[in-house]
Amino acid sequence: MHRFVFSRALPRLSRLSVSHYSVAAIPAPSTQPEVHYNKLFINNQWHNAASGKTFPTINPATGEVICQVAEADETDVDKAVKAARNAFRLGSPWRRMDASHRGLLLSRLADAIERDAAYLAELETLDNGKPYAVSYTVDLPNVVKCLRYYAGWADKWEGKTIPIDGDYLCYTRHEPVGVCGQIIPWNFPLLMQAWKLGPALATGNTVVMKVAEQTPLTALYVASLIKEVGFPEGVVNILPGLGPSAGAAIAKHMDVDKVAFTGSTEVGHLIQQASGSSNLKKVTLELGGKSPNIVLSDANMEDAVEQSHFALFFNQGQCCCAGSRTYVQADIYDEFVERSVERAKRRVVGNPFDLKTEQGPQVDQEQFNKILGYISSGKREGAKLMCGGGVAADRGYFIQPTVFGDVQDNMTIAREEIFGPVMQILKFKTLEEVVTRANDTKYGLAAAVFTKDIDKANYVSNGLRAGTVWINCYDVFGAQAPFGGYKASGNGRELGEYGLDNYTEVKTVTIKVPQKNS
Amino acid sequence: RENMPTWTGCQQQPGKGCNHQGPQQNHKLQHADGPEAQALPMPIPDPHIQYTKVSCTQHCSSITKWHESSSGRRIPVYNPATGKLLCEVEEADSEDVDKAVRSARAAFQMGSPWRSMDASDRGQLLNRLAGLVERDRLLLATLEALDSGKVFLMAYFVDLMATIKTLRYYGGWADKIHGKTIPVDGDYFTYTRHEPIGVCGQIIPWNFPVMMFAWKIAPALCCGNTVVIKPAEQTPLSALHMAALIKEAGFPPGVVNVVPGYGQTAGCAISHHMDVDKVAFTGSTAVGKLIQKAAGDSNLKRVTLELGGKNPNIVFADCDLEYAVEQAHSGLFFNQGQCCLAGSRVFVEEPIYEEFVRRSVEKARSKVLGNPLLPGVDQGPQIDQKQFDKIMELIESGKKEGATLECGGSAWGQQGLFIQPTVFSNVTDDMRIAKEEIFGPVQQIMCFHSTREVIQRANATHYGLAAGVFTNDIDKALTVSSALQAGMVWVNCYNAMSSQCPFGGFKMSGNGRELSEYALQEYTEIKAVTIKMSQKNS
Repeated sequence: MHRFVFSRALPRLSRLSVSHYSVAAIPAPSTQPEVHYNKLFINNQWHNAASGKTFPTINPATGEVICQVAEADETDVDKAVKAARNAFRLGSPWRRMDASHRGLLLSRLADAIERDAAYLAELETLDNGKPYAVSYTVDLPNVVKCLRYYAGWADKWEGKTIPIDGDYLCYTRHEPVGVCGQIIPWNFPLLMQAWKLGPALATGNTVVMKVAEQTPLTALYVASLIKEVGFPEGVVNILPGLGPSAGAAIAKHMDVDKVAFTGSTEVGHLIQQASGSSNLKKVTLELGGKSPNIVLSDANMEDAVEQSHFALFFNQGQCCCAGSRTYVQADIYDEFVERSVERAKRRVVGNPFDLKTEQGPQVDQEQFNKILGYISSGKREGAKLMCGGGVAADRGYFIQPTVFGDVQDNMTIAREEIFGPVMQILKFKTLEEVVTRANDTKYGLAAAVFTKDIDKANYVSNGLRAGTVWINCYDVFGAQAPFGGYKASGNGRELGEYGLDNYTEVKTVTIKVPQKNS
Repeated sequence: RENMPTWTGCQQQPGKGCNHQGPQQNHKLQHADGPEAQALPMPIPDPHIQYTKVSCTQHCSSITKWHESSSGRRIPVYNPATGKLLCEVEEADSEDVDKAVRSARAAFQMGSPWRSMDASDRGQLLNRLAGLVERDRLLLATLEALDSGKVFLMAYFVDLMATIKTLRYYGGWADKIHGKTIPVDGDYFTYTRHEPIGVCGQIIPWNFPVMMFAWKIAPALCCGNTVVIKPAEQTPLSALHMAALIKEAGFPPGVVNVVPGYGQTAGCAISHHMDVDKVAFTGSTAVGKLIQKAAGDSNLKRVTLELGGKNPNIVFADCDLEYAVEQAHSGLFFNQGQCCLAGSRVFVEEPIYEEFVRRSVEKARSKVLGNPLLPGVDQGPQIDQKQFDKIMELIESGKKEGATLECGGSAWGQQGLFIQPTVFSNVTDDMRIAKEEIFGPVQQIMCFHSTREVIQRANATHYGLAAGVFTNDIDKALTVSSALQAGMVWVNCYNAMSSQCPFGGFKMSGNGRELSEYALQEYTEIKAVTIKMSQKNS
């Protein structure tokens, strides 16, 4: 995900750099950043869980416990929803605030995160296992950019006046939805937090956010910054907790107006059901994918190999938009596989705090076991294991970069989301065939096509049933461009102007006038 | 204390259509933009005037530089409160404008740092500039008060706040200027790109020097243009300080060039220039016509104009009288009456006419004139002798044509260009003071009897900039606001402006709109790209 620092920072060094970040200037990380916050953040205060329970958060590079964290359950969710509801009452400081000031607060939050970027990157790497070089140059800058982007929207989210028939004045107001429950995953903890908070706060909502139990630490530090920059109490509440308890409590809560979830398609079904069986809260979902990456024979081979490698292996393969079905045209198939294997073998796996490391551990034991299970199924079902396939270290959750050739569409590894460093390469002959095969999935999150031919690029990008299509690139994200899925990959869009829709109720106001004139 | 426009972004007061708070209240709410200070800000005593030269990038050079004028001439800059010389500033003429345009053109070349920069980075540069203006707010407000004679606290709370907010507002737009993809007929794929126009000439007036500077450069830069901007010869100092901040913020050389000079030379050179792609002018309607003609005579450059006004402010008998008197007063007297928006034709409904006049006179008489740097002063001097003489001449015409001079009507004080707050009643529509823009502290109050009549009279003017209506009746409010030919109509408020809200005139008050999303249209060219497809699908 978030290709652009990697793909663009280097050629851009000669260009004017407004951002503070560049690959050349990664500060040496502390490998044992101090943990300052491990409680529930409600009403701008730190609370123990009502039950007194805690859970351990683990360093996936070693399997050791980092610290205990307060574990929210239904009672705590109730408390947080009450705080958020109170912050949303008519006449509250948050409701009365100028939209431009909401933007200014978001902009200050971005500044505070930028100030503490090195520390947050260390903490992210410690808790999640992603290489520090990536946390610092990809996750953090994109968090800052996302918040700044939505800061700008706050006073630009305009309603309309509408020329309806008859003697009336008609206008729309874009009002916040209310209390928004937000449930975020562990693969990009800070970035997912920013994607969720940016549009929700820009449009004036209040938030109860549940962060993943694997990676609660950075979100709690950001909570302290939210308080520091001056958001009124109750506007943002952050609860570490487990899906079946805290997550479920949010999804079925009768006083939560909207729920936004990023995670597996399986849990996405549960969230939608919970809304249906409670108060019909609005639901947006960003779920799984099995994204096709289509390489035509006229593509630049070297670039396509490198991009396809990145498309799958980035972030230990733990990306919902991972290019996990690489379709390669028959006449270049063998060479492509050979080069991809070469590239995977060169991938540097190891200590995520080492700046040379490309790949850290998987996030936890459960994911680790699941991925190894998929690798076995691939071998069993007759795919050709070209490299990797095993565990990469004697402690922590490291898995070797793995490439399968001769993969068939009906194999489990070609149908299910693996969420690990396992690449499937499939062969195709014609454009019509590959578009049909690429679309033959319940998912529809992302897709890519590599070709120099403008007609083929247009034909394929038009025909793919996916929320994002990249042409001659992969994982290019910008806060400005919408992201989300067709079919079972989700509902709604995040980022971009489209991201504001999900956090807005449109109110039509119609006023009788004595006499209308154009 | 005089009221001011709602630029400060304070919350609206419940039960009123508009806020009307003095500086102290505004200051409390200023937490939005900086740590709350304990007391009212004070001007910097005897500020050192550091920047007096032409700011532009020398052609073929990569460093932003300060230049002396080609002719060697300088503009004397006076303090209108004392008539004393503040300093001299380099005077740009057509040769210097040429140089600035070349530097702006070089900065606009394909592949230049400015053209290849991410839009979000352009936005971040504008945000940084806002931060620097905030840092230097006291100094800029002091320079503004010294140079233009406006009341220091107004400069600090209105002009500077508006400047900071406008820069931030457009900082946010930079990466949100969306083109479209368009479902054209046939096997084609069409999309639009919103591209910058190119080199923009911008000519700004002396009544809100730094705020006008921000209104002009912010949307231009947000859209990716380069700028040659000419501040007014009366008030070049804040613009030159802004040039220094633009450099400090990290804008690439040549993106903004500041050329202090006179209208007939530097301004004329910009509007006639064959390599300027667009000109934006704020000032008088007479000069606006010259600008439009110059564009026609030269390269058909795009023209936007913000010109004069003779704005009607309509007060119905059912309004909150005290509040309406106060709003009508500040609607005219704000900034020494030197506002294109000034509500200079106050139409009052017959049943409350006499009472309205009585209270307006009381209010005008209570105004405190004096040194604009001192706290407690409501009204400073007019900008220069020429304006002073023009205002006095129009006051004489009012008396001669039979209006009743209720108060004021003459000069004030031993030194400086002060004019007493002046109120005329029994003004009729055919008098010069009811037709011409006075641009001074002179209020005209007229009487009307019916809604239909007042709409007709309010619209009987070449101008169409702004208008106000005061009533508690929703039908009257909507009828009048929809019938008025004006770019802005305020209902139960006056001068309520903000960066988010468009600003500009109908008829001879101008072309185009500034501020808001609408202003982006004035600084972009739309390019439609159509690509042949082998097969289209929905």
